[in-house]
Amino acid sequence: MKSVQRFFARLLNLAGRGRADRRLREEMEEHLVQQTEDNLRAGMSPDEARRQAVLKFGAVQAIREEYLTEHSLPLVWTVLQDLRYALRQLAASPGFASVVILTIALGIGATTAIYSVVDAVLLHPLPYPQPEQLVRIEIDFPGIGARDVYLSVPEWRDLERSGIFRYVAPERSGSVNVTGSSQPTRIQFKSVAANYFALLDVKPELGRVFDPNDPAPGFNLEVVISDGLWKRDFGADPDILGKTVRLDNDPYHVVGVMPPDFHDQGRTTEIRNTEIWAACGFSSLPAPPPARNSRRLRTAIARLEPGLTVAAAQRRLDALVVSLRRQFPADYPPESAWSIRLLPLGETVIGNVRQPLLLMMGAVGLVLLIACVNVANLLLARATARAREMAVRQALGAPRMRLICQLLTESLLLALLGGIAGLAVLFFTRTLLLRMIPEALPRLNEISINWTVLLFALSVSVLAGVFFGLAPALQASRQDPIHVLRQEGRGSKGSKRQTWTLSALVVTEFALSLVLLIAAGLLLHSFWDLFKVHLGFDPGDVMAVKVSIPFPNDPATDIYGTPAQQAQLTRELLRRGQSLPGVKEIAIGSLEAIPLNHDKNLFRLALEGQDTRSSLPHQIQGAGVTPGYFHLLGIPLLQGRIFSETDVEKAPSVAVVNEAFARTWWPGEDPLGRRIKLGGAATAWTAIVGVVGNARTESLEDASVPQIYLCSWQRTDKDLAIFLRGRLDPAKLPEQVRNLVQSLNSELPVFGAKRLPDVVSGSLEQRRFSMKIVLLFALAALLLAGIGVYGTISYIVSGRTRDIGIRIALGAQRTAILQMILNQGLTLALIGTAVGLICALIVSRMMAGLLYGVSPNDPLTFISFPVVLVFVAMVACYVPARRAMRVDPIVALRDA
Amino acid sequence: MPERSDVLQGTLALMVLKTLDLLGPLHGYGIARRIEQISGDLLAVNQGTLYPLLLKLENEGAIASDWGTSENNRRARFYRLTRAGHKQLQSETRDWEQTAAIIARFFDVKAEDLS
Repeated sequence: MKSVQRFFARLLNLAGRGRADRRLREEMEEHLVQQTEDNLRAGMSPDEARRQAVLKFGAVQAIREEYLTEHSLPLVWTVLQDLRYALRQLAASPGFASVVILTIALGIGATTAIYSVVDAVLLHPLPYPQPEQLVRIEIDFPGIGARDVYLSVPEWRDLERSGIFRYVAPERSGSVNVTGSSQPTRIQFKSVAANYFALLDVKPELGRVFDPNDPAPGFNLEVVISDGLWKRDFGADPDILGKTVRLDNDPYHVVGVMPPDFHDQGRTTEIRNTEIWAACGFSSLPAPPPARNSRRLRTAIARLEPGLTVAAAQRRLDALVVSLRRQFPADYPPESAWSIRLLPLGETVIGNVRQPLLLMMGAVGLVLLIACVNVANLLLARATARAREMAVRQALGAPRMRLICQLLTESLLLALLGGIAGLAVLFFTRTLLLRMIPEALPRLNEISINWTVLLFALSVSVLAGVFFGLAPALQASRQDPIHVLRQEGRGSKGSKRQTWTLSALVVTEFALSLVLLIAAGLLLHSFWDLFKVHLGFDPGDVMAVKVSIPFPNDPATDIYGTPAQQAQLTRELLRRGQSLPGVKEIAIGSLEAIPLNHDKNLFRLALEGQDTRSSLPHQIQGAGVTPGYFHLLGIPLLQGRIFSETDVEKAPSVAVVNEAFARTWWPGEDPLGRRIKLGGAATAWTAIVGVVGNARTESLEDASVPQIYLCSWQRTDKDLAIFLRGRLDPAKLPEQVRNLVQSLNSELPVFGAKRLPDVVSGSLEQRRFSMKIVLLFALAALLLAGIGVYGTISYIVSGRTRDIGIRIALGAQRTAILQMILNQGLTLALIGTAVGLICALIVSRMMAGLLYGVSPNDPLTFISFPVVLVFVAMVACYVPARRAMRVDPIVALRDA
Repeated sequence: MPERSDVLQGTLALMVLKTLDLLGPLHGYGIARRIEQISGDLLAVNQGTLYPLLLKLENEGAIASDWGTSENNRRARFYRLTRAGHKQLQSETRDWEQTAAIIARFFDVKAEDLS
């Protein structure tokens, strides 16, 4: 208690040192005066009285030191003193200070920026309580090569009863037409099990969520809406609860509104931005009656029982799977190897951005490291200039530790100032920077400069300060003061050891920059390969506009319920669309027909003549299209025919497949006339009538994804895309299409107009982003390394002026001097390159997953970038080398 | 700096507190003279070392100080005991007496008493 009080009293006294000193002086003076007076009274002479008083008082300086030590905290005081001295030092050389602070600001600003993304995306992927308990359930049939297939309702029930999970919630994402407001809108929608929100453990801001024990087998006609939808479409109506909204013409009533910071979980941005949720039992209309082989539940998530790890849950689940396989051998034949996998939900949300993000973090870390090395270089050079100051202080008795502390204080101050500057720049440019990030990045909205990020910036600053300050501090304090002071005024400044440290730092810089350059080069190469890849279709001048037809829960109320009914609408759309301004060609397809779209419609495929295990899905990607689709997108017909006007509902079902499909299922055989079933044994046979070329409509990376096209006249796809080719006006077209569609049916929403070239370039966005970032960092690193080698060689040259002067005086050729200095730089660059090449080989192997069409040890990249690096080093050395060449021996020797 | 044992440092603080308790507010010189007067030549302290000690006691909250006017009409810093200081004095006095009693008993013991 006493010591605590004393500590705080001393802490508060930190500022008032001068006042305390004055007080002590005054008290001491008063003491001496009184003692002197007493001594006089005792009969001493005035001089003797004063002398005796002083003697009795004791050593004034020691007392004063003790007093001031007691006054406040000496350690803190020392630090403050060092800090003040450091500030004065920096103010005395503003040029040096600003270069260092800028370099550090760059490094720390960039590192913090990337970290803030990593923090939000990788470290906090799920904004729900106890996120580690959340898993995604995936069903596989590895025996027949089917992964992540749908779940069936009986399987869902099995999982719920297993005791492994607290909740299991199937979910199905899509979009719905919301009608009732001025303009029909298309809203991202999720039908979820009633326990969905209980599972996520989130509370609404208004009303309630679904009752987790709701027994309704179908939709219970309750919806929860997002805060955004509530504010946008319902004017933040406080009486929203109980109001009716029509989703695809079915009336639902609103029971709750989620808070603004709630974001749904899911693999894509669209799903994460779901705005309306309906509770569904998935066991009656509109779903078919539950059966084990009726796999309708696209995805399911679950919350584990408390205390259960994912691994432990997986073990218990494996046991359950074994017993179910035994119980239902018809549904789970042994050769299919049916299994259930649990994946931490966070990982599935992060998806494929982990690697690029880690790469960026690594790249920015290297830039920071190079920045630190540069600053260490600058400090070292400066330490030489301050050698005399250090020597004098040492000679006057300053302990070595004290000097190191002081120099470290200086570098820490520089680092912190740099960190603050970097953060300030980051803070003011954050909106601009956020706009650069691809939209597909999960949790984009959560990226912010929060406390964790600030703490990170602070720790990095301190680490950086110690890192770049330690070597120069040790170096400066290690000098022999006598040696330095005696040498003062003579030529040779740098000691061997100092030159060696500087060279080592430059080599490090070169190695690090080379790693970054090669990483960037490989990414650039991959990007370029993807960019100029042969698409197999022609996106130029094509626009796609989405239209959605309502899908009411009761099929009887669906006015587009049969293919014939829908074909009527589609044909009318095609006929009228032809006359829109600029339109040369028009076609309609299901949503999946849009190239590089993330929507997937997977069909269960069974082939005639092959073992038709109808319940075991070979999944195949398919889309419904009108005959004009292939010509419009420039997908060539290779064999057979495309759809015709006679392929209608009553006619036999037909399909066109791509080359990859034909090769996969009928290698070396004629696919024409073959028959397949899509969607179970009960469906009719579909005949293959044509084969078209492979088009990279699934992913740019993969040239040959098996693909099947079905005829629109024979289908009732609800989510449609209208494709238009011609001289279109992207600004006016959406409105023109809307008017066209709504002149046929005013309740159909028209949305999502996009130019296909934008879609193609958008699918490269994430790659383009990571490539740009890494390239930017690599160039920054190259620049920093160039500056580093320039500074080091300049320093070495200025230290050797006298030596060079003597050589010239003795008749050395000036070109030989130039050669000598350049050789020195070249040696450093070559060593750095060698080290860098080895590191780059390791790094490039780690980033193999991010590359496309280029080997991780691509010789072109591994040869050209070292050449660039050495060239930059030579240019950076040339300036100081020329200066060395021009040394005037007379001046050099006289000055020395 | 003259070496002083911790015991002396501790007792000096106790003496200061006791002096202030007995005589009320005093300036530094006054405290030094009283201590000298009471202890005689037995305690040859460098008087200056009193000041860091006073500051320490003040930081601990046992004493407080204010500027005042000395007997010869000059500005001087006067120290007085605080409530906390009073309590500290009491408890330390008790401790001291206990310690002294134990030590005294040890010194009184003769070899035959322990056989």
